[in-house]
Amino acid sequence: MLELIFSDYTFRIVALGTILLGIASGLLSSFVTLNKQALVGDALSHAALPGIVLVFMIIKVKNLELLLLGALFFGLIAIGLTNIIKKYSKVKFDSSLALVLSSFFGFGLVLMTIIQKTPTASQAGLNNFIFGQASTMLPHDVYLMLSISILVILLIILFWKELKLFVFNPEFSQALGFNNKYISLLFSGLIVLTVIIGLESVGVILISSLLVAPGVSARQWTNRLSIMVVLSGLFGAISGFFGTIISAISPKMPTGAIIVIVLSVITILSILFGSKRGIIWRQIKNKINNHKIIAYQWLNNSEINSLPIEALQFLTKKNYLAIQNNEYVLTNEGRKLIDYYKEAQE
Amino acid sequence: MNDKPYAIEIEDLTVAYDIKPVLWDIDIKIPKGVLMAVVGPNGAGKSTLIKAMLGIVKPISGKVLFFNTPLKEYLKKISYVPQKGSVDWDFPTNVLDVVLMGRYGKLGWFKRPTEEDVRIAKEAIKKVGMEDFMDRQISELSGGQQQRVFLARALVQEAEIYLLDEPFQGVDAKTEKEIVNILKELVKAGKTVIVVHHDLQTVKQYFDWVGLIFTRIIAYGPVEDVFTEANIEKTYKSRHNLTLKEPFKC
Repeated sequence: MLELIFSDYTFRIVALGTILLGIASGLLSSFVTLNKQALVGDALSHAALPGIVLVFMIIKVKNLELLLLGALFFGLIAIGLTNIIKKYSKVKFDSSLALVLSSFFGFGLVLMTIIQKTPTASQAGLNNFIFGQASTMLPHDVYLMLSISILVILLIILFWKELKLFVFNPEFSQALGFNNKYISLLFSGLIVLTVIIGLESVGVILISSLLVAPGVSARQWTNRLSIMVVLSGLFGAISGFFGTIISAISPKMPTGAIIVIVLSVITILSILFGSKRGIIWRQIKNKINNHKIIAYQWLNNSEINSLPIEALQFLTKKNYLAIQNNEYVLTNEGRKLIDYYKEAQE
Repeated sequence: MNDKPYAIEIEDLTVAYDIKPVLWDIDIKIPKGVLMAVVGPNGAGKSTLIKAMLGIVKPISGKVLFFNTPLKEYLKKISYVPQKGSVDWDFPTNVLDVVLMGRYGKLGWFKRPTEEDVRIAKEAIKKVGMEDFMDRQISELSGGQQQRVFLARALVQEAEIYLLDEPFQGVDAKTEKEIVNILKELVKAGKTVIVVHHDLQTVKQYFDWVGLIFTRIIAYGPVEDVFTEANIEKTYKSRHNLTLKEPFKC
């Protein structure tokens, strides 16, 4: 079965397409989460649904470019609307996002139900836009997804320094002479492009998770932005790949759902075991640190050989003390420990 | 025109957030080579003044000139130290990388830092006494160390004018002294340094010029002339007389 799939040209192209989509959205997700914009992609994608359906109602055929243009138009209206609400009313930004998101999506679902009754609509697979289905994508659609993914990846590499500065310290970026308006426009543009091209394969409901989960997962493993971005791209690619395979093997399994499940597993594992911020690692590190502090207090506050026997045993076990001529003496390790904490206190 | 242009010349500067005026008709002329404190109570518009000078906040009216040059042409020669709280210190980056950001303005769009930029950054890190922390994750820095890093980032901009927004906030006494010494060195080298400052006790000791503001400029000039009981009183105590009576209500 698997061999059959891998030897299939269409499948390989689809897999390549979703992998690249995963990389593009993964890279972007690092910046999105660091900039605390996790919900923007969500609003954008949900709002795109009525755009897709309305365009289909007008042109009556499935022309992906035009459908996505409709999606883009409505997505931008939604973002514009949330910004207007934020600027002119006292409604908080997250509330306005949630309001706009759900009302646009509801409108899209109503339109969808209306056209479902026409035979052309179900043939065109408009349903796929809700939960996403990569395996039945036409090669032409896949090429579109593929090329825009590559464009997004290249733009992120090209504007790496500007994006980093903008997300870290926008005021400083402006003070250095970079026009934040342009960087912000570029950033939003990248989010919009990624969401739009992922609509057919991942679906309007779940595409936003590709813009959040890889970044959150990657952050658990590293304290360096470059590594974080590479990791998040990798996580996106892995989920895109498995999403496509599994939905190709089991008919009617939505690609978006599989992608999100794979991503969730990666995220849970990262939050638990991540080497920099993972819960378990942090616990272990805390414990080691606590031991060190106790050891330091013993070593620093009293004459070594007058310490209680439990303390001596503990310190010897941890290799801070050694026995020489029936006396306890400080090892190099022990000396280092004392120096370290003395310095830290200054 | 005078033959020696002012380092900074602010004329009729007015800034408002929504309908609340923050700065009202500010006029200041600052000569080259002074170390100037900007003092005033909370919400007096000190930070906004710096941000308006840099174009980060757009004023309603007024203009700012640097050596008779508009901001746009002079921006590359101005260093900026924003408030410590303006960034997320949990951002995944280290000391060297943050300091390198000070070089981005000179690099312009697209270009990556060169080895020369790295060398300049390392030198600045040494100057602020952080050479043992080059690779340190910024979330692990103390308040004083964070300010040192920000100062190093401003130094690598290699500017003529330095604008610092509360560089002593959350800083220990030793670090404060060291920062002041570096600022004094800059002034000795002919640079002009403006510092938003909170602690009235140290104004006389650290600075040679001072500006007292509370939405309007109350007084400014050499410390010995301007930093008087009367002016301080006027800035801090009699707020009611100075608060603008909702000029936008129409």
